[in-house]
Amino acid sequence: MNATRTIFAATGFWLCLGGVGLAFLWHISVGAKAIPLGVVWQAIAAPQVGVFDHVVVRDLRMPRAIFAISVGAALSVAGALMQGVTRNPLAEPGILGLMAGATFAVIIGIGWFGLAGTAYVPLFAAIGALIGAILVWTIASAAPGGATPLTLILSGAAVGGFLYAIESAAILLNEDTFRNFRVWLSGSLAGRDMQTYLWALPWFIAGLIAALVIARQVTALAMGEETAAGLGVDTFRIKVIALGAVVVLTAAAVSVAGPLGFVGLVIPHVVRLFVGSDYRLIVPFSAIVGAGYVTVVDIAARVVLAPVEISTGIVTTMLGAPVFIWLVRAKL
Amino acid sequence: MTTSSPLTASGLSVGYGDTTIVKNIDLEIAAGQITALVGPNGCGKSTLLKAFARILKPKTGHVMLQGRPITSYPTREVATRLAILPQGPVAPEGLTVTELVAQGRLPHQTLFRQWSPGDRAAVERAMDMTDLAEFADRPVHSLSGGQRQRCWLAMVLAQDTPLLLLDEPTTFLDLKVQVDLMALLSRIVHEDGRTMVLVLHELNLAAAFADRIVMMREGEIVAEGAGAEVICPDQLRAVFDLRSDVIADPETGRPVCLPRTPDHVPMHALAAAAE
Repeated sequence: MNATRTIFAATGFWLCLGGVGLAFLWHISVGAKAIPLGVVWQAIAAPQVGVFDHVVVRDLRMPRAIFAISVGAALSVAGALMQGVTRNPLAEPGILGLMAGATFAVIIGIGWFGLAGTAYVPLFAAIGALIGAILVWTIASAAPGGATPLTLILSGAAVGGFLYAIESAAILLNEDTFRNFRVWLSGSLAGRDMQTYLWALPWFIAGLIAALVIARQVTALAMGEETAAGLGVDTFRIKVIALGAVVVLTAAAVSVAGPLGFVGLVIPHVVRLFVGSDYRLIVPFSAIVGAGYVTVVDIAARVVLAPVEISTGIVTTMLGAPVFIWLVRAKL
Repeated sequence: MTTSSPLTASGLSVGYGDTTIVKNIDLEIAAGQITALVGPNGCGKSTLLKAFARILKPKTGHVMLQGRPITSYPTREVATRLAILPQGPVAPEGLTVTELVAQGRLPHQTLFRQWSPGDRAAVERAMDMTDLAEFADRPVHSLSGGQRQRCWLAMVLAQDTPLLLLDEPTTFLDLKVQVDLMALLSRIVHEDGRTMVLVLHELNLAAAFADRIVMMREGEIVAEGAGAEVICPDQLRAVFDLRSDVIADPETGRPVCLPRTPDHVPMHALAAAAE
């Protein structure tokens, strides 16, 4: 990176961060009762006891905006890492089975073991994500030609579909226990509790830090395994760390919001258009842009058909599917 | 030379799974020279190169890098002493020439010391040597094959290692571009005092530019020495199953191989038949 590029990158980063800040305030101001941005800012910066709007902002609305930001950043960074390390432009937690595995595990954890709101939720999600990833990879590897982007997508679709069928059956068979899952299963930030988020928070932070630390080596890995090894990268170690980070980030995101499709696919590709192929830039920009994206999508999910709210995951999937098709046509 | 060889293999066997591709090889790479590994497809020349760079682990035997077993170095330190350019590398889309070349500095950096004036100087020098300044901000994939290969070469040059290993750097390039690239490699080695090991497909390029040629067949070294000692019709028949004549380049005196097809009839025989 030369000096001008560094300045460009830094300026862009702060602009994006400012954009996320605005989206965050806007997200809070929108709702059954519109609260002016100025009041939102006051409620955050200098809350006054007894002001009703301030209570609404701090206790009811701000948590959801925080969830949106965290989940968007986590899924986007997870997608970026997967695309870089595997050199597969279509890699993403949702497509390659991690999200399906995490979702399934959370349903089992909460529905059968009654672990809602406990520290075990992200742990269950992480184990599920890891098993999902291994399952998809194993099936794709057994296909003729091995684990190519195409066989991975097919295998991911099969595993995802199978797990979703089991989840649907479980919900139909036991409506009482699983009533709350219907909405969560389509990926939603509504009605999530702060407790689950706090348990997931260390996972978010650990995953993001790991991603930033290995970003340099991921750029080298994106140039091929042998090239990276020639540049002194311990490729096995970096791949293990990357897998760990992706699993942890997906688990944290699913614990909080359920499966939000295509966020991890779309954001890194958009970011690459602007910052190029250096993961020292792609990782932090994916985090910021992804955070802003899910925040704005969640605003749309609440506003478009107001007063009815549609699931955030439905909107991310509707927006992401065309990008996915474009990527298949352009990059496969 | 024998004592100061920067890279040696002794009793080296390498392979994948149950198959052994390189079989019990002893080889000393000569310092300050270009050594070309040649041989038919599948003879193990690329495998040997990867074992030299520690990308592949030997089944038996070992590789010594600057007098110490290569396995005794931390991964990153190997990359400050030895750079390898794999065959047909692909740059991620959108990566600019400067960004690619800067990747060569990776082994010299740490998480907290990412870019130093020394890094900048090495990148500039590498781009200078490979004549890439005019493409600095262009995406690598927008360049021609020869220009792209120069970018990758610049990346391993920026690594600033005394040893360079290149796997078929001239494949898929036009003849003129191949020759220019080989001349550049020769300059780098002889003017910059580096040691280079090349895997080459093209025998005549090896004969014209390499100081030493190592000829391999079925995982073993068949002949080793200066071009004229290695490239002769008998060797080519034994190693490549190729009928050929070898003549001396009238300008350089280096051997030139002229392949002959089995049904080839010499001109004088044709002339005799016509009479």
